[in-house]
Amino acid sequence: MITLQHYLLVSAALFSLGILGVLTRKNAVNVLMGIELILNSANLNLVAFSRFSSKGIDGQMFAIFVIVVAAAEVAVALAIVLTMYRMLKTVNLDQADVLKQ
Amino acid sequence: MVLDNLQSLSFFYPELILICAILLVVLSDITFKSLRNVLNPLLTLASLLLAIFFSIQIDHAPAGSLFQGMLALDSFAAFFKLFLLLAAILVVLGSLHSEELLQVHQGEFLALLLAVTLGMILMANSINLAMLYLSLELVSLTSYIMVGYLKGDRLSNEASLKYILFGAISTGSMLYGFSLIYGMTGSLSLYTIRDIFLNQGVQGFDQFTILLVLILTLAGFGFKTAAVPFHFWCPDVYAGAPTPVTAFLSVAPKTAGFAILMRFFFSSMTHPSGDQWGLVSGINWPLVLIGISVLTMTLGNIAALTQNNLKRMLAYSSIAHAGYILMGSVVLTGTGLKSTLIYMFVYLFMNLGAFLVVAIIYNSDRTFELDGYNGMFKRAPFLAFSMGVFMLSLTGIPPFAGFLGKLYIFAAVIDKGLFWFAVVGTLNAAVAAFYYMRVIKAMVLEDGSGNTAPVPISFLNQALLVALLIPNILLVVFWNPIDRWTASSVNLFSGL
Repeated sequence: MITLQHYLLVSAALFSLGILGVLTRKNAVNVLMGIELILNSANLNLVAFSRFSSKGIDGQMFAIFVIVVAAAEVAVALAIVLTMYRMLKTVNLDQADVLKQ
Repeated sequence: MVLDNLQSLSFFYPELILICAILLVVLSDITFKSLRNVLNPLLTLASLLLAIFFSIQIDHAPAGSLFQGMLALDSFAAFFKLFLLLAAILVVLGSLHSEELLQVHQGEFLALLLAVTLGMILMANSINLAMLYLSLELVSLTSYIMVGYLKGDRLSNEASLKYILFGAISTGSMLYGFSLIYGMTGSLSLYTIRDIFLNQGVQGFDQFTILLVLILTLAGFGFKTAAVPFHFWCPDVYAGAPTPVTAFLSVAPKTAGFAILMRFFFSSMTHPSGDQWGLVSGINWPLVLIGISVLTMTLGNIAALTQNNLKRMLAYSSIAHAGYILMGSVVLTGTGLKSTLIYMFVYLFMNLGAFLVVAIIYNSDRTFELDGYNGMFKRAPFLAFSMGVFMLSLTGIPPFAGFLGKLYIFAAVIDKGLFWFAVVGTLNAAVAAFYYMRVIKAMVLEDGSGNTAPVPISFLNQALLVALLIPNILLVVFWNPIDRWTASSVNLFSGL
């Protein structure tokens, strides 16, 4: 029997892994994957809560919007990463350091 | 008053106008190749003015919610509508003669600016978690593009990269917080959430979960308002973005962030009682915000002391100002809320003014460094005078508008009995005086490096400077209309 707790545990794990990925990865594309994990952990939460409560499908509706926004966000982010690649021939975030003081 | 979708449309004109204008600007940009440089700004300004006209018209509508509880219709929303449209107009005017943006094609820039304005207006009005997240992302996504607008410029690209990575993580964490709120209450509407917190008592929920949700949610709002510890993107992004965009980011999305922060906490975690708001038991969010406010002010001001790049210095100064604005929103009184609105209003004029001067000097000298400002008083007396007024106003020295903002904020805090908080704020203002004075000192007392050519200022920029100087000088004398306007703008729609 899969209960709400199982879903919440998986989503908490996804969220933590996402944060971990964002903090440790040097490759911009890998960081973006970490961000996707964070957004999807929230989605999983929303859908699970909505499924296990009797108060309508607001959560599932929200999750659909989040999926669309996530796609738009990654499109913009990849465009920016591509511009970086054209200039520096790398997507390593350590190379993006001209603004440091 | 809950309006359904069709009834809502008649209160939605300003937003509809902006939506049409976005499409029109994009269309005219690809259709009229020879006229577009004249037509696009005119179209943008006309639509913004029209939106202001309609916002004033619906200002007196009774409080309620639009689109079946998605957006609020109240005087608080009306204030931010006017405020954000005004900020957009000033930034459009300031961007027209910016050398940085002239190198690239400008059509999409205006369309993006309109889109951001639309997003910010929706953000300040939203009373539903889904709407709140969507509008916040609309603002974020378009501002990422605006920051990276200078294609091929390494600074601009790096700034936008840092902005989008920090932004995506913060809004992602906020979304996770929202999903937990949804789990606790089973609703996305802020008022239903408050009612459930009130009826069941917070004892029904785990204290740890509530704290976690608070921190996660604050990550999103803190990112938008550039509050410590979510401020790391701010100096780099401000330094790398084109100056008009920086000016815009430092004023408009920041205030929209405060609007949504106040809307969120006041609507979902307090209940109104007369002129005050009572806390929903067990959720002491003002305490968390007081801590953040003190940290934000202190860190922003101390970090600004050592900056030699004007844009970075103004970035840290804008972080510090976020701390002052937070001061007013944590006291939970009508006066407190009013003081934040007044502070934001004067901050609009002083900060945009400072960035305009920075942009004008960059146009002629191609420098953001403080050394480049040496001897500016001899080369461009009017420019140096304006910068002096903006700097003194940002410090909060009496004859200028910034003083009015600080006066209201500190008065509201003292009124509530938080004397130590006001003392921290005052000490911070004293520290801030040091780095603002450095700019004036460089312009007036230092000798220039031999370059004595006068700084060319276009007529438009001159007019804009005067338009920004007037409120800075006169608001302290004619504070009465502002006082009345903001006092009538603190009526948050409090549910059904």
